[in-house]
Amino acid sequence: MSLLITGGLVVDPAQNLEQELDLLLTDGKVAALEPPGGIPRKGRRVVKAHGLVVAPGLIDMHVHLREPGEEYKETIETGARAAVRGGFTGVACMPNTRPVNDSASVTRFIRDQAKAAGLARVWPVAAISVGSKGENLSEYGDLKAAGAVACTDDGRPVMNPLLLRRALEYAKTFDLPLLLHCEDLDLRADGVMHEGRVSLELGLKGIPAAAEEIMVFRDLELARLTRSRLHIMHVSTRGSVALIRRAKGQGLKVTAETAPHYFTLTDEAVRGYNTHAEVNPPLRTAADVVAIKEGLRDGALDAIASDHAPHGSLEKDVEFSEAAFGLIGLETSLGLTLRLVHEGVISLMQAVALMSANPARILDIPGGTLAVGAPGDVTIIDLSREWTVDVRDFASKSRNCPFDGWSLKGKAVMTIVGGEVVSSESKQ
Amino acid sequence: MKLLPDGGRRYYLIRGSHAGNKRYSERDVNLLLIRRFFFAGGHRFGLSLKPETWNLKPGAKSLPMEFRRKDLLGIAELEAGEILHILDTAASLKEISTRAIKKVPTLRGKTVVTMFYEPSTRTRMSFEIAAKRLSADTLNLTVAASSAVKGETLEDTAHNLEAMEPDILIIRHPASGAPHFLARRLRCGVINAGDGIHEHPTQALLDLLTIREAKGKLSGLKVAIVGDIVHSRVARSNIHALTKLGSRVIAAGPATLIPPYLETMGVEVTYSLEEAVQDADVIMMLRIQLERMGQMYFSTLREYSAQFGLGARHLKLAQDDVIVMHPGPINRGVEISPEVADGVHSVILQQVANGVAVRMALLYLMVGGEKA
Repeated sequence: MSLLITGGLVVDPAQNLEQELDLLLTDGKVAALEPPGGIPRKGRRVVKAHGLVVAPGLIDMHVHLREPGEEYKETIETGARAAVRGGFTGVACMPNTRPVNDSASVTRFIRDQAKAAGLARVWPVAAISVGSKGENLSEYGDLKAAGAVACTDDGRPVMNPLLLRRALEYAKTFDLPLLLHCEDLDLRADGVMHEGRVSLELGLKGIPAAAEEIMVFRDLELARLTRSRLHIMHVSTRGSVALIRRAKGQGLKVTAETAPHYFTLTDEAVRGYNTHAEVNPPLRTAADVVAIKEGLRDGALDAIASDHAPHGSLEKDVEFSEAAFGLIGLETSLGLTLRLVHEGVISLMQAVALMSANPARILDIPGGTLAVGAPGDVTIIDLSREWTVDVRDFASKSRNCPFDGWSLKGKAVMTIVGGEVVSSESKQ
Repeated sequence: MKLLPDGGRRYYLIRGSHAGNKRYSERDVNLLLIRRFFFAGGHRFGLSLKPETWNLKPGAKSLPMEFRRKDLLGIAELEAGEILHILDTAASLKEISTRAIKKVPTLRGKTVVTMFYEPSTRTRMSFEIAAKRLSADTLNLTVAASSAVKGETLEDTAHNLEAMEPDILIIRHPASGAPHFLARRLRCGVINAGDGIHEHPTQALLDLLTIREAKGKLSGLKVAIVGDIVHSRVARSNIHALTKLGSRVIAAGPATLIPPYLETMGVEVTYSLEEAVQDADVIMMLRIQLERMGQMYFSTLREYSAQFGLGARHLKLAQDDVIVMHPGPINRGVEISPEVADGVHSVILQQVANGVAVRMALLYLMVGGEKA
């Protein structure tokens, strides 16, 4: 079975390619990449991609799929469907499920569910410590063997620096990257939004930027101490970007991601006590947005990940201080990132690197390129497609999206995983 | 239309009455018309008590700005003119509370529901008395625990309430923004009686009325607000109101209790009580919540009292006619010495009396006269 994609603008940062090429996928892999017309069409299903961008399948390296345990918010199937709708061929799912993914059995369960869904590739990320309690290390060897691609403390940061030091060292043994949620929980206290003028006016407890930056600094120093690689998740402040840029300049093996809401929204979005804009780390200020964009442009930040965090009305249609943190992003992430391309902040090549090549490299997973022999994971993007975000149309089970009603330009029109079309605009 | 920030006098001519062409102040007009309105039984004929329906011809200045909001959620969103209009209305309604029979039928047949998710004596009673003096039916819901503990969400509570068709809902809630949450979901009006550490608009309005009675104006005053600013919804509402009306606000307290970015609200910040009260026209003391002590905000109550407790010596630094205010309940001997609390400069009890007037005014403006 072969699929031939013709005439599209192939953008592949891993090969430094940005030109019109025909792409042939055979047996779930990239079989050939030739100048237009260079691959015979006979007997092959042809997808005409003239005027469209053909990118290696996008990878969202930070999502919450809620299964097992909170299936009313999302399941692996609905999450994977939202992923392919949004143009993602792979997602890395965080371990803060119930039970926590700190064991090979939960990791295998996630992989089995993903396989049954048969949509996007789902890469399980396991917990740094047992039950994410910050006490004992989980079984990294077992977890890796079961299919975990990384370990993280997302949502429940490791407050004990000694434990984190040991985790960084122990993870090296198995070549597992650690993805860190940098937040000082004592300093955050019961904060619910960015500490600033808006939190003062709304009478909401603030989370100072320092609560993130202190931990970014601590974790970078631990990476230096242990000479480990380290990935910092959802960077939201100007100070964090500066710390990461400096650490990279000093040669530390550090990578970092941010999320579309951190370069799109500010704390002003919370006004009116909008719980859909309640997220952790919180939406910051305009100056932080500028710094995040600059970090994406100059390479201080390596990846864009949505931190897709589905919640139901039970968690969101409540008082602001009672509401859960998080917003969903799988179906808006690409559109919001392409805004940066249209604005000229980053190039198209950079956007593909941030959403595909770099996440694959950080997690050390197959994909992220269209080189011959790579997985046949492809996202076809229409850069000029104008569309309106409508949460009622989302494939995700949840609706907690602050971008409802926004007009965006640029959309994934076809998502191909392992040579199979798993989502296509024309079919819907 | 430009309103003078200090509530400067506006005059009206009353047409077609024996009053002739005499110029009446707005206050006179309000008093006169409210009396005449009830005397004539206007309320029984379903007439509106709204000023624009009266046979008024504006004199030198136009009609006062109206208060035409469904909800009163905070002072932040009010315009200076609206604030003054509420105060003028409250001033004219004060007289009712001095009558032998303290009741007018304005809100007969209207239902006022108070819902308090936090303990309160003064505010809840004040609203209830205000509603009763206007003949509304009142219903008080005191919710011991938060909605989460009780098992019913605020959303469900809102819909259940709505089904009972109240005319106005008065809510106090420990979560900032809870009244806004309800206001978005309910057809009836919502009055914020204190939400978390956000706003307490009716307290600010009664404070303003008290200040205006004592000083005759609300602009050009130096007002010191002292104590736990960071947790005080009273302080936030008063800061909004006083800065809108052209007074100078100085906040004082230990730096732990002064919120960051306070200057962006147009407030001067000092850590010295002496500096704050220097030449002050008004000193507004805030209640120090004793449970804050265990939360690293300050070392001991003894030290707090020594540094930020208001005593007679501080009053000597202020203007001779300084007034001392406190939203209550007071901690005698902690943030305020008994001699000051009970002294001649204290207007703490006038504040309570004005609380009823302000709440009557709001109920009247928000519920009265509509869809009769």
